[in-house]
Amino acid sequence: MARIIVVTSGKGGVGKTTTSAAIAMGLAKKGHKTAVIDFDVGLRNLDLIMGCERRVVYDLVNVINGEATLNQALIRDKRCNQLYILPASQTRDKDALTIEGVGKVLEELAKDFKYVVCDSPAGIEKGATLAMYFADDAFVVTNPEVSSVRDSDRMLGILASKSKRAENNEEPIKEYLLLTRYSPDRVKLGEMLSVEDVQEILSLHLLGVIPESKSVLNASNSGIPVILDEKSDAGQAYDDVVARYLGEDRPHRFIDEEKKGLFGKLFRSK
Amino acid sequence: MSTEPQHTPYQKPALEFKSTTYSVPVLIPYTHDLTVIEHQLQQKINQAPEFFRNSPILIDLQELNKQSTSLNVAECIGLLRKLALLPIGIRGGLNDQNEAALALDIPKISAQQNISHQETAQKLEKITPEPESEPETPEQPITRLVTQPVRSGQRVYAHGDLIVLAQVSAGAEIMAEGNIHVYGILRGRALAGIQGNTEARIFCSDLQAELISIAGNYKISEDLDESVRNKPVQIYLNDLALIIQDL
Repeated sequence: MARIIVVTSGKGGVGKTTTSAAIAMGLAKKGHKTAVIDFDVGLRNLDLIMGCERRVVYDLVNVINGEATLNQALIRDKRCNQLYILPASQTRDKDALTIEGVGKVLEELAKDFKYVVCDSPAGIEKGATLAMYFADDAFVVTNPEVSSVRDSDRMLGILASKSKRAENNEEPIKEYLLLTRYSPDRVKLGEMLSVEDVQEILSLHLLGVIPESKSVLNASNSGIPVILDEKSDAGQAYDDVVARYLGEDRPHRFIDEEKKGLFGKLFRSK
Repeated sequence: MSTEPQHTPYQKPALEFKSTTYSVPVLIPYTHDLTVIEHQLQQKINQAPEFFRNSPILIDLQELNKQSTSLNVAECIGLLRKLALLPIGIRGGLNDQNEAALALDIPKISAQQNISHQETAQKLEKITPEPESEPETPEQPITRLVTQPVRSGQRVYAHGDLIVLAQVSAGAEIMAEGNIHVYGILRGRALAGIQGNTEARIFCSDLQAELISIAGNYKISEDLDESVRNKPVQIYLNDLALIIQDL
């Protein structure tokens, strides 16, 4: 049976799709057969970030409506043969998704895959609630600012009460905090909430901190999941996140300011 | 009253008597005209059929007998049973009324610890619009325990006291008819004594609430004194004024 992971946040623009692409690639690179599904019907993005937008034939809604089989719709990643992408439909809206349809697709994927990553749309409406309904684990993506933290808190409430696990009184969804677009310099200046602030408000297990980085935008623009950019800080941070999720014990990085070199120190000490 | 059967090979008592108190709907007829009663009762039942189906009911004749009109008890019990109500007692009846009831296995219940009629009537009115409440469960206040964080957008309601062992996030709302205890940080809204109990109190280990209220008297975050913020406090009502006191 596959483990179903939902990447969610409530608020938009915090890095859900970037995170979905990165961790799906990370899991696949470790040899686990992984599928990543775009639930943002009508505002399809994941295929761009994954760099497979020119290979989309069928999508999630086609599969739900029985117009295509799952195998026809799944796109195999060219860089990693353990990774498959199920894109969203751009010409439909979220009403095309049904709980039965999504359940059937996930059930079929679960037979064959080790991990299924669900990239949730923003908001708390149908697309988002369906993306998390069947989840086993939830990655709650949060930016270090108050409105994102409040929306994540709201999402955690929905995860705890409106999922399949909650409705069947099963073990609740495992929730992990992923703090993205983190900038230690700005935290020091008091312009951003610190890791401790966010954890105090959400009281949630911290899976990783992804630093604000130019490499993320570059990676998105070129359709390469940022985790493949091994030299970049964000890529390394996502690599840590995947390793920690799989049970490895790695210390948190990118939380403190970068150490200045000797020259930096000399020039700074005025 | 409840009995507890025990099947053991030892010489243990086979039963035990205990006493219990619970609320039952009380029917207070104001007329001896059974057709009028049936008509109006049917209307009430139609509002909440699930609540009334097989509900135990007590017949109170004190009010009616003051008017020196006499109700045919046997016919009244027959009527109630026809409407799927289960009369379990009669009070305030005259001797012949009590006997007529007893003949139908309905016991006489002493009318001494009566609450005033008005209150009883109000009580019945109050229960009626809530068809979801189970008639079988005794309506004693039940303490509700919450061990998980109450997240933004979530609402928790307790018919009795409410105890929250985790934090209450900003944007969350906790309500109780009795007291509220929060052993994490209270950042959301807390409303105690929500049905008007002015004796209810709020206790919390760290007050950062958006709003606190007891029996409808409330204070918003902006009105909270800095001296009580981020501190363990209790909140109670004194002459309709909210008092916030260090613990």
